[in-house]
Amino acid sequence: MQVLYFAWLRERIGIPKEQIETNAATVAELVEELRGREERYALAFSDMASVKVAVDQELVDMDAPLKDVREVAFFPPMTGG
Amino acid sequence: MAVRVQADDFDIGAEIAAMAAGRKDIGAIVTFSGLVRDMANGQPITTMALEHYPGMTEKALEKIEAEANKRWDLQASLIIHRYGPLDAGANIVLVATASPHRQAAFESAEFIMDYLKSRAPFWKKESGAAGGNWVDARDADETAINRWDQTSKA
Repeated sequence: MQVLYFAWLRERIGIPKEQIETNAATVAELVEELRGREERYALAFSDMASVKVAVDQELVDMDAPLKDVREVAFFPPMTGG
Repeated sequence: MAVRVQADDFDIGAEIAAMAAGRKDIGAIVTFSGLVRDMANGQPITTMALEHYPGMTEKALEKIEAEANKRWDLQASLIIHRYGPLDAGANIVLVATASPHRQAAFESAEFIMDYLKSRAPFWKKESGAAGGNWVDARDADETAINRWDQTSKA
């Protein structure tokens, strides 16, 4: 699946998006997997109260399933307007 | 109903005129426009970078606009949101709603802005002499949404 990062998550991880092959069943499991990869991921996902997630461009909770999902995006709370 | 996500500036007068063009049934057009302030937390700001999530942004705004049109009997609605680098003083967002009487136009414009703030995927980074800073979401923005949950409006 395609994983996208926005705002300070993008800056901390250092890339806007990447292709990830995973067996994670939920968003939370994917986050756990990413955290274990490298320090920059662990840092980006250190405070989950400041991280929101969208699955296939819809806002969801961290326990959302990843079956048949094409796109997951992580970002801080929105600040538009 | 129309949603535009664009780098270019917009002309508020021209948008109002376009909304009313060729019709005589509209009694009220309410517009809200948001601009880049030159101060944040006591620090001068020269530019603001607005990042967004192409694809999801349009979907989220269309959903908010559709919900407003479901709750209020609107004759027209428009949401324009800019992205990219914006100087202090520049336009960021325009919401316009039209209805036969003012109340529906006022309320729906406020509803759209409240939801846009916390549900549309935009992020602001303010920059000045002191460096760049991602703007924190305000608790008040989430609270602003909750009040609409308790309102039953046809």
